[in-house]
Amino acid sequence: MLEGQFRNPSGCAVAAMISTKGRTFSGEDIIKSIAVMHDRSNGLGGGFAGYGIYPEYKDYYAFHVFYTDSIAKKQCEEFIETYYDIVNLSKVPTRQIKEITDAPLIWRYFVTPLKTKLDAAQLSEEEYVIRSVFKINTQIDGAYIFSSGKNMGVFKAVGFPEDVGRFYMLENYEGYSFTAHGRYPTNTPGWWGGAHPFSLLDLSVVHNGEISSYDANRRAMEMYGYKCTLQTDTEVITYILDYLTRRKGLTLEESAGVIAAPFWETIARMPKDQRDKETYLRNVFSSQLITGPFSIIVGFKDGLMALNDRLKLRSMVIAEKDDMKFIASEESAIRRICKDATNVYYPKGGEPVIIRLEKGVQ
Amino acid sequence: MKRVYVNEKWCLGCRLCEYNCAFANSGMTDMVKALNNVTINPRIKVEKANGISFAVQCRHCKDPICVRACIAGALHLDEDGVIRIDDTKCVGCHSCVMACPYGAIMPSQKGVMQKCELCLQNSSKEPACVKGCPNHAIVYEER
Amino acid sequence: MAINFIEPLYEVVRNQDRCIKCRVCENQCSNEVHRYDSDLKVMLSDETKCVNCHRCVALCPTKALKIVKSDNCFKENANWTQANMTSIYKQADTAGVLLSSMGNPEPLPVYWDKILINASQVTNPPIDPLREPMETRTFLGAKPKDIVKDKSGNIVNNLPPQLELSTPIMFSAMSYGSISYNAHESLARAATELGILYNTGEGGLHEDFYKYGPNTIVQVASGRFGVNKDFLNTGAAIEIKMGQGAKPGIGGHLPGQKVTADVSKTRMIPEGSDAISPAPHHDIYSIEDLRQLVYSLKEASDYKKPVIVKIAAVHNVAVIASGIARSGADIIAIDGFRGGTGAAPTRIRDNVGIPIELALATVDKRLRDEGIRDNVSLVVGGSIRSSADVVKAIALGADACYIATGALLALGCHLCRSCHLGRCNWGIATQRPDLTKRLNPDVGSQRLVNLIEAWTHEIKEMMGGMGINSIEALRGNRLMLRGVGLTEKELEILGIKHAGE
Repeated sequence: MLEGQFRNPSGCAVAAMISTKGRTFSGEDIIKSIAVMHDRSNGLGGGFAGYGIYPEYKDYYAFHVFYTDSIAKKQCEEFIETYYDIVNLSKVPTRQIKEITDAPLIWRYFVTPLKTKLDAAQLSEEEYVIRSVFKINTQIDGAYIFSSGKNMGVFKAVGFPEDVGRFYMLENYEGYSFTAHGRYPTNTPGWWGGAHPFSLLDLSVVHNGEISSYDANRRAMEMYGYKCTLQTDTEVITYILDYLTRRKGLTLEESAGVIAAPFWETIARMPKDQRDKETYLRNVFSSQLITGPFSIIVGFKDGLMALNDRLKLRSMVIAEKDDMKFIASEESAIRRICKDATNVYYPKGGEPVIIRLEKGVQ
Repeated sequence: MKRVYVNEKWCLGCRLCEYNCAFANSGMTDMVKALNNVTINPRIKVEKANGISFAVQCRHCKDPICVRACIAGALHLDEDGVIRIDDTKCVGCHSCVMACPYGAIMPSQKGVMQKCELCLQNSSKEPACVKGCPNHAIVYEER
Repeated sequence: MAINFIEPLYEVVRNQDRCIKCRVCENQCSNEVHRYDSDLKVMLSDETKCVNCHRCVALCPTKALKIVKSDNCFKENANWTQANMTSIYKQADTAGVLLSSMGNPEPLPVYWDKILINASQVTNPPIDPLREPMETRTFLGAKPKDIVKDKSGNIVNNLPPQLELSTPIMFSAMSYGSISYNAHESLARAATELGILYNTGEGGLHEDFYKYGPNTIVQVASGRFGVNKDFLNTGAAIEIKMGQGAKPGIGGHLPGQKVTADVSKTRMIPEGSDAISPAPHHDIYSIEDLRQLVYSLKEASDYKKPVIVKIAAVHNVAVIASGIARSGADIIAIDGFRGGTGAAPTRIRDNVGIPIELALATVDKRLRDEGIRDNVSLVVGGSIRSSADVVKAIALGADACYIATGALLALGCHLCRSCHLGRCNWGIATQRPDLTKRLNPDVGSQRLVNLIEAWTHEIKEMMGGMGINSIEALRGNRLMLRGVGLTEKELEILGIKHAGE
């Protein structure tokens, strides 16, 4: 069975690093960091997201696409050509290694919406892109866009994360922020799309945990037009974040207060203004509350957010060194790449840690 | 002190209190054995008239007329506020029966007088009428 | 005298060895089943009058009584059952419409009993409600479409009026008249203590109970009984009753004998007159008319109260609900075909309407498919029998549940289904003063509080087992349910998988 045809809970490892000054560095360290937590994954999924990696195409959407065969590729390319101007396309560079097998065709397109089509659609540019992605992923059999942001890209596969990193030659990319994921699914995924990060536009999510609210969240998000094709928690978390921040205009802090809402007894102790706001958010966005264990790292254009479930049922640690900030499931993953990191901090359940690029950094 | 009070609003006149009283004071452990084919003589009596019913038993007055009326020193107000009768001293003169404004003292089968002593010393250990009232019309409480 | 074709259904079995002739059975039976024979010195019974309400059994101090099903029978016939034959005899005797009370007792499928709940193992820890917060607080009402922020970025509170419940259970509509003053007081006090709501039904609100207004849903039904401006503004919400699960398609009927002075004043109708509410609202012949009534009521209550529209679960419930969700209503209440009643024509009660489980599943799906689920909250009733039913209803997509039969059982009802006779021995469905006093609201309200608290504890235990610590994460979470012994079609309608999948 393919990923998406069944629900596949998993345990995991997550890691991320960012230069708040926007300094770029290679993807090598993030591979080392996630590799330390080898035992937290079982070889059935690994992946990375890099931000700032395509400076020469930073104004174009970078579509990373898996194809099962050339027919799917042809169909998908026809679709893209109909709605987008493609400024560059190529195979995503990979290295043959014995640990990674059954690779699909992996292609990359730098695109921008055709103005006439965009105007005719009467949609915002972002909504236009999202709808195209959903359309391809749900309607073109064997084609799957797994990365669609600008100046960022997702690289994922079935395998241990360090092998996935080597497969994609991540050391050749330079970015200011990277996230990584090692997956421990309880069932064999047959399709690479199920690996993390999960991404929509610039937003990417790596996630450790299994959310018990999944179907409540999924059904709500599907009502708002999101298609949960993979039946993974991470997918629905990504959509919730996109919905709250982009479509509803909530800040990341407010969104965190929806996803990992404070308990009512905590809200009762807040000052009135805050109490009213949290009560409002919990009431209006009750279907976006996520319960069950999770630790997530959200990558976005301007930074990273780390968030735990309300009961802190998954591990997560933060540390820093100069302009570098690190997030990981375990401290060892940070020590491996930065021995003398300081300000080691374990965020509380439901407490968002948001790291943003310094003001003025592009 | 805690006393037994009746709220006539909720008294159904079912007379379960009478039977529970008779059983509690029978000294027996089985209600059927105690009360089958017996005309009961309970210390609580349900009065009924015009659709109103009300269970009456000793009020345990603070200044009890019955005690003053007793010619044999059998009735006494104990330190716990309960009025008790010592049936070894009672001579059966009915003075207390005549004196009680509530009609809450009556002769027992033995010829001596009997009255509600709140079940504190019988097998029930707490007022049996209260325990058995199906509508909480009889309560045992401090007021 | 003509032949009596109706044989008693029950036998009163008295253990004469245990009977102490206290005559409690006699003085508690309003049907006059029991009597004392002073010559024989025994208690005797007339079983033709027994409705099997168990008042005598419950109060017998020596447990000398039991009621058993009579084994008197007609010649066995799977088609012409005893019930079918007896109905014919009754109607041949009286030329009347058969009347019944309480919910449909027929052996039709109960889908709750074919749905099983999930629990966490290994990949996701169960949560212990004794040690961790476990939240059941529920808001009912429409949600705003857009988030509005002021100049400094603060969210503007643009919420339409909401109801807040401590736990997702409410007492559903039962009118003063169909049930007693004391039953109403018990419900009102319990709802207030619990932080939930009860519902006046279509009988108006007794002036003594205006003080419970913040925990009261006031109902406007086709008869408009007891509806006035104060009534509308006293409740926390206004419910328009379009239909009732026990009798879809017909109005209510309160027999004149139940319309006592107090009931007549509350209903604003003459004493002793039958209170017959019409089958339709005569100002609502279609959906656009409903919209007008919704807004009339909102206008009358200054847009401060959510408006509930209650409908019976009928075949095309999904499209009806979809229409209501666009009518300005804030909450839709759906009443399934097993819902109770104080009086309904038997044939309607037993043959009209559909199960609430299917109605709920299809309505929730339809509203989501149309993207209008946030326009309304969904409340379901019609035989929610336990906390497990509540959990299953919420996982299917309900925001909250309405219970009424369950609440009456807590008050002592034994489902003898004779409410329409007005002689309820438990003091619930009667207006006879000697009977109504049998329900002491001190006792009744406490028993209701106990029931809802017990259910809430159980709901929390089940939620914890699923690894869910807030009720909203259970709502519509159909992956937490599996069916057993259901057909593909039933599973499809319920939107759940079969156990083992």
